[in-house]
Amino acid sequence: MHQPIHELTDAYRRGELTPTAVAEAYLARIGALDGRVGAYLTVVREQALATARESEHRWRAGKPLGPLDGVPLALKDVLCTRGVRTTCGSKMLETFVPPYDATVVERLRAAGAVILGKTNMDEFAMGSSTEHSAFHPTRNPWDLARVPGGSSGGSAAAVAGGLAAGAFGSDTGGSIRQPAAFCGVVGMKPTYGRVSRYGLVALASSLDQIGPFAQDVKDAALLLGAVAGHDRRDSTSIAAPVPDYMAELTKGVAGLTLGLPDEYFIDGMDPDVERAVREAIEVLKGLGAQVERVSLPTTRHSLAAYYLILPAEASSNLARYDGVKFGLRVPGRDLVEMESRTRAAGFGAEVKRRIMLGTYALSAGYYDAYYGKAQSVRTLVRREFAAAFARVDLIVAPTTPNVAFKHGEKEDPLSMYLNDIFTIPGNLSGIPGVSVPCGFSVAGLPIGLQVLGRPLDEARVLRAAYAYEQATPWRGRRPDLT
Amino acid sequence: MARAPPGFDVNYDVVIGLEVHAQLLTRSKMFCPCPTTFGAPPNSQTCPVCQGMPGVLPVVNRRAVEFGIRTALAFNCRVNEACRFARKHYYYPDMPKNYQISQYEEPLAEDGVLEIDLEGARRAIGIQRLHLEEDVGKLLHEGTLESAQASLVDFNRAGVALMETVSRPELGSPEEAAAYLKAFRAVLVFLGVCDGNMEEGSLRCDANVSLRPRGTAALGTKVEIKNLNSFRNVQRALEFEVRRQAQALDAGERIVQETRLWEADRGYTRAMRSKEFAHDYRYFPEPDLVPLQIDRRWVEEIRAGLPELPRARRQRFVTQYGLPPYDAEVLTQSRALADYYEATVRELAPASAGAAKASAGAGDRPKVVSNWIMSELLRVLPGDDERAIQSSPVPPRHLAGLLRLIEDATISGKIAKDVFGKMLASGEDASTIVAREGLTQVADEAVLGGIVDSVMAANPRAIEDFKRGKTVAKKSLVGQVMKATGGKANPTLVDRLLEDKLSKM
Repeated sequence: MHQPIHELTDAYRRGELTPTAVAEAYLARIGALDGRVGAYLTVVREQALATARESEHRWRAGKPLGPLDGVPLALKDVLCTRGVRTTCGSKMLETFVPPYDATVVERLRAAGAVILGKTNMDEFAMGSSTEHSAFHPTRNPWDLARVPGGSSGGSAAAVAGGLAAGAFGSDTGGSIRQPAAFCGVVGMKPTYGRVSRYGLVALASSLDQIGPFAQDVKDAALLLGAVAGHDRRDSTSIAAPVPDYMAELTKGVAGLTLGLPDEYFIDGMDPDVERAVREAIEVLKGLGAQVERVSLPTTRHSLAAYYLILPAEASSNLARYDGVKFGLRVPGRDLVEMESRTRAAGFGAEVKRRIMLGTYALSAGYYDAYYGKAQSVRTLVRREFAAAFARVDLIVAPTTPNVAFKHGEKEDPLSMYLNDIFTIPGNLSGIPGVSVPCGFSVAGLPIGLQVLGRPLDEARVLRAAYAYEQATPWRGRRPDLT
Repeated sequence: MARAPPGFDVNYDVVIGLEVHAQLLTRSKMFCPCPTTFGAPPNSQTCPVCQGMPGVLPVVNRRAVEFGIRTALAFNCRVNEACRFARKHYYYPDMPKNYQISQYEEPLAEDGVLEIDLEGARRAIGIQRLHLEEDVGKLLHEGTLESAQASLVDFNRAGVALMETVSRPELGSPEEAAAYLKAFRAVLVFLGVCDGNMEEGSLRCDANVSLRPRGTAALGTKVEIKNLNSFRNVQRALEFEVRRQAQALDAGERIVQETRLWEADRGYTRAMRSKEFAHDYRYFPEPDLVPLQIDRRWVEEIRAGLPELPRARRQRFVTQYGLPPYDAEVLTQSRALADYYEATVRELAPASAGAAKASAGAGDRPKVVSNWIMSELLRVLPGDDERAIQSSPVPPRHLAGLLRLIEDATISGKIAKDVFGKMLASGEDASTIVAREGLTQVADEAVLGGIVDSVMAANPRAIEDFKRGKTVAKKSLVGQVMKATGGKANPTLVDRLLEDKLSKM
């Protein structure tokens, strides 16, 4: 069940496997194992099998729709799927069935992908552990006592646990890269605007970006290529041509200059993580890359800026959940009571915390000091990256300061927030980044290497990750769930 | 500031500013492709975007921006090179997202002027800003708002493109405010950007009013009045509010900064919410939309396509056609009506060119056309309704045809009014009706009476003969009248008229 997508479709082509058999096998495995992992919130068995059968006809006729035809995928439950409930991990949307498909979903369907189901997440993508789902926590397939990271923990765990061939998630402050690192899979956050956000339930509109989880870098390139590109329905999507990521993949890192930011190796970080990342950099040097130190001093203000911008935008985006139109409604004597009760019952503690923070930050008299200031920091972060990228082609760094932690270990929101310290700057600046497995801790937990690139330079980011992956033994290491 | 209107306290200057919301005549909504037809079944013109469903994103309607620019240019505003949308937050169930996408710090256009005429005097009222936003839906309560057990929401209107224009506080009286609104509406209707229908809510007005002791400079505390849905209500509400504030100030009270609702049926304003409970809208730039860069060439293209505006056209009607200012104003209340007028004048002119001055019936053609439009056409059609005028069952060509029949004395003005009524009902042209109904005969008592009189005056001998009992003399007079009318006179009528007149001698 741990066959990457590109091998799966090779097998379809040769007739050794069929999409139906593969979909059935995945569904059976989900049935057998997901009770322990908790990656899924909704599994669409019949729909998946019907799609797989259609795909099978196409493969038989020698007319597949492309490299994703018949490939079983999982979608984070923040992506709207027509006719399939989309909960965002919240009581508020427990029964919400969108009447439309997100652009990403539309493109995946058009590519013949088989959607297995919707994966668990921290409520409204607020969290780094997938413990804050209103339904159940997701467990890390490498150690069920530990979190898979978050907020896209369900998608990461599904790919790591062999419960989907690939998956999609969303990354607002690290929500793809951090769980990818914790679960030992590849996770990519593309450039802001590279992938349409239409149909992605918004957390923070100026930071959110959809991206793939994959078993290896080649699959990540395939999945990204299928969904990237301009969309008229998203005014923030970029109208630039999508390069052939697969063709760029094998060009190697010889001649590339990699920047190593001082600020991404901090006191208190897990020594296993630091060791693994420094070894990874040696590997890249060995492959012909130049490595230079770069400085990104505003990194230390990123977290503060992020935790103003995100709650501000989230408080606005979540205002629509009032019980009037869709989702949960708790009756009240009048309108205000109905809305208050609905929001009190529908949102979890972390969501409420951020709505309050954001509402405060946008209030008259505080706007300039908080939201305005945070935007200035954001500009500085962006400039710093631009200056660094004038000297280096890519930046390499750890994805997270630590490996996966235990359930319930981080009760204090601040220590939870610190988990995203290396991923947040990428969202603030909008640049693309990938997390690729780079070894294991002494306790056997996966570690991620983060590669960041210039805006729209996903091809080079993937190329470096691919070169590293091909030179190291981590690809294909999978936890034993049985 | 202008003087206070009669009945107002002369101790205060009145300071009024108007905020006008105009629904733009775009085919689709501000941020989604839904249609905007008024009166469709509830929620039939909605999609995930205008319902504010999770995951949706807005896309700016290019036509709405064009309409905004067109209006801004008509008011001589500065069209900003870049503008930005912002979210305005407040909870209300008719607003799907609980925020409205509007513009805040960076509006589409700023600093314009609208010239108004009041009692012959011209005034230039400053326009502070013009911006675009989306409309909200409508609530339908089962019973009154207070007693309703349930309320229903119709999102058909949610997301319809709105243009908000804010005047400077430079209006000095309720009358002036009403004049501003009329002039404003006329410009929008002329530009074709809004149908100006206040009853259907296409044009809505809020007012800010304050009073200050005459001759002082500092502005008094302002009160916002909402729900001003007609010209008359704007004036009435403001008159009430000015009196209310004057009385309060006279009594030594302090004016509370608040929002008041005009109760048109009851004729007073009542407090809605005071400043202490005012909304904090928590504006911030809309992250789902990129700042709008306005291409200068586009602006110039739009400028080049601007029509002649109502005020200029009104002045031209006075100078070119010699119309009284009142007529010019009535005829320029919409572009369609002004076009109708000019088309009729044009149609009428060439056919009887040269004969115009000679023909006694022609008279002052432009004024005759104006009279007919004002007294006949506008009796049945609303002059400010572009569509109604454009689809008039009597097109300009038909009206001109009718007037030509009067000019060449085929029919009298009186008959012509009957014919006009028939033209309205059937859509036929005048000569068709006149021919079919035998009206080509001069069957008009007034016209014939005049001819009979002149024939009698010219034939004293025949009258003498008649008086002496020679009844055949009457037949000769009938013949004379028929001759004078080119055989068009109705013989029976001529006979009766002669009988009457002769018997009275």
